Amino acid sequence: MTRTISPQASQQVNQKKSPENSGVKIRIRGLTKAFGPKVVLNDLDLDIHEGKSLVVIGGSGTGKSVLLKCILGLLKPDSGSIEIDGQEIIGLGNDDMEVVRQKFGMLFQYAALFDSLTIWENVAFGLMQAHGMSKSDAYPIAMEKLALVGLGERFAGKFPAELSTGMRKRVGLARAIATSPDVLFFDEPTTGLDPVMGDVIDRLIVQSVQGLGATALTISHDMDSARRISDRIAMLYDGKITWVGNTEDLDTTDNPYIHQFINGLLEGPIQFRLTGTDRATG
Amino acid sequence: MPLIQPLGRLTLAFLEIIGRLSIFASAAISHCFRPPFYPRLILKQMIEVGYYSLPVVGLTAIFTGMVLALQSYTGFARFSAESAIPNVVIVSITRELGPVLAGLMVAGRVGAAMAAEIGTMRVTEQIDALYTLATNPFKYLIAPRVIAGVLTLPILVLVADTIGVFGGYLVAVHKLGFNPATYLKNTLDFMQAIDVISGLVKAAAFGFIITLMGCYHGFNSKGGAQGVGSATTNAVVSASILILTFNYLITELFFSR
Repeated sequence: MTRTISPQASQQVNQKKSPENSGVKIRIRGLTKAFGPKVVLNDLDLDIHEGKSLVVIGGSGTGKSVLLKCILGLLKPDSGSIEIDGQEIIGLGNDDMEVVRQKFGMLFQYAALFDSLTIWENVAFGLMQAHGMSKSDAYPIAMEKLALVGLGERFAGKFPAELSTGMRKRVGLARAIATSPDVLFFDEPTTGLDPVMGDVIDRLIVQSVQGLGATALTISHDMDSARRISDRIAMLYDGKITWVGNTEDLDTTDNPYIHQFINGLLEGPIQFRLTGTDRATG
Repeated sequence: MPLIQPLGRLTLAFLEIIGRLSIFASAAISHCFRPPFYPRLILKQMIEVGYYSLPVVGLTAIFTGMVLALQSYTGFARFSAESAIPNVVIVSITRELGPVLAGLMVAGRVGAAMAAEIGTMRVTEQIDALYTLATNPFKYLIAPRVIAGVLTLPILVLVADTIGVFGGYLVAVHKLGFNPATYLKNTLDFMQAIDVISGLVKAAAFGFIITLMGCYHGFNSKGGAQGVGSATTNAVVSASILILTFNYLITELFFSR
């Protein structure tokens, strides 16, 4: 299946990266998104460097998922800029956005496998639908990716409902990496898993990201997982990035938000809302 | 003033729904004619809409035809007009009862299933997953269902018409003592192409309405299991009301003088 891209989008793709953008895969500036009166993302700036794994941490309802959905083009921001490889994606039409999304692979919080398709068809979905590959060509690739996440051929013909949560996550990961994307997104990859399976998924994520040489963006509030899979960590609070730095600097920084969050303290600049009146946006 | 405000709010909310539905419908229609097409998915949906609806539509049609013949006889016998029964059965079934009852049955069975399936896909992020896999859900989910509905309902209604007329024949011949050959001859003599065609046009319109409502409410469902439940109910209720409304409008179009 061939896809066309508009001249405007093509020009943006082909433009040379400015020195300022050099090494930055995803560049976010002034991103703002509100739901009614609640401002979830407030003039947010963030750079995600090529080939690096960045984890965005933050409490529930701080807008981590909203940030991810804005980058994926699933939500339309109120204002701001998101550039991927120097191409502005806000305002792109559906067809052009589909072309951009061919660079992406995404592991959803609960895997989001297609119930009506078998495991191998789920893994091969992007290859067959977006890249126009035939079933016979896509099958061996799907098998290879399933093997990478530790699932043998006997799982290929099963349906998602027949698998455990951990297995579904592994299939979700295989689906995310099947098209060898440039950018991988992970939404709470260890949610709902026991610590051992969480560790397995983290190792697979690191292995997949390094194997593909991909750029990775993960959102999580699991600090153990965040430390394992990240090169850099960013802290989201009150709609802004309050700290961003290398993972090894996490424990030595004097940033009060990081200190309170990673130590799970009640006292500090992070205000925990207990009224239950806020929209869940985490 | 206290009355105007809620009235205004209601009007605005109604117009908003109409606007959203119109945008959704135009997107669905445009994707029916734009590649890529998914013939296998269309075929699968045609089997789902048509083949699996045959038992419920067939049962509805045969009992409707039987009751129609019986009730017509009890009424017409008072005026010695029993010979008009084949006429009443064929006209009622082909023009109105075949398409409307088949439409309502399919709305209950297929419209609800579509809303539940797409609604579940929405709340479990499967629709978001389609987007991230560079696949447009309108092309992959909505267009095949709409195409299948528009193509399959007329076939289903033709079957319903045949079975309904056969139901009338059974009662007329075996209970009311009609001569089989005469009954069939009268049925064929009274049958007009316009009756069947109007029924088929209605069926295609109902197929569009049912699938559109199922997809629209499923696609826009929110909030987990409760949201999917509401979407399912709304899909069936709105499709049923629209079927009855459009039935009148199409009848007016074909038969008003």
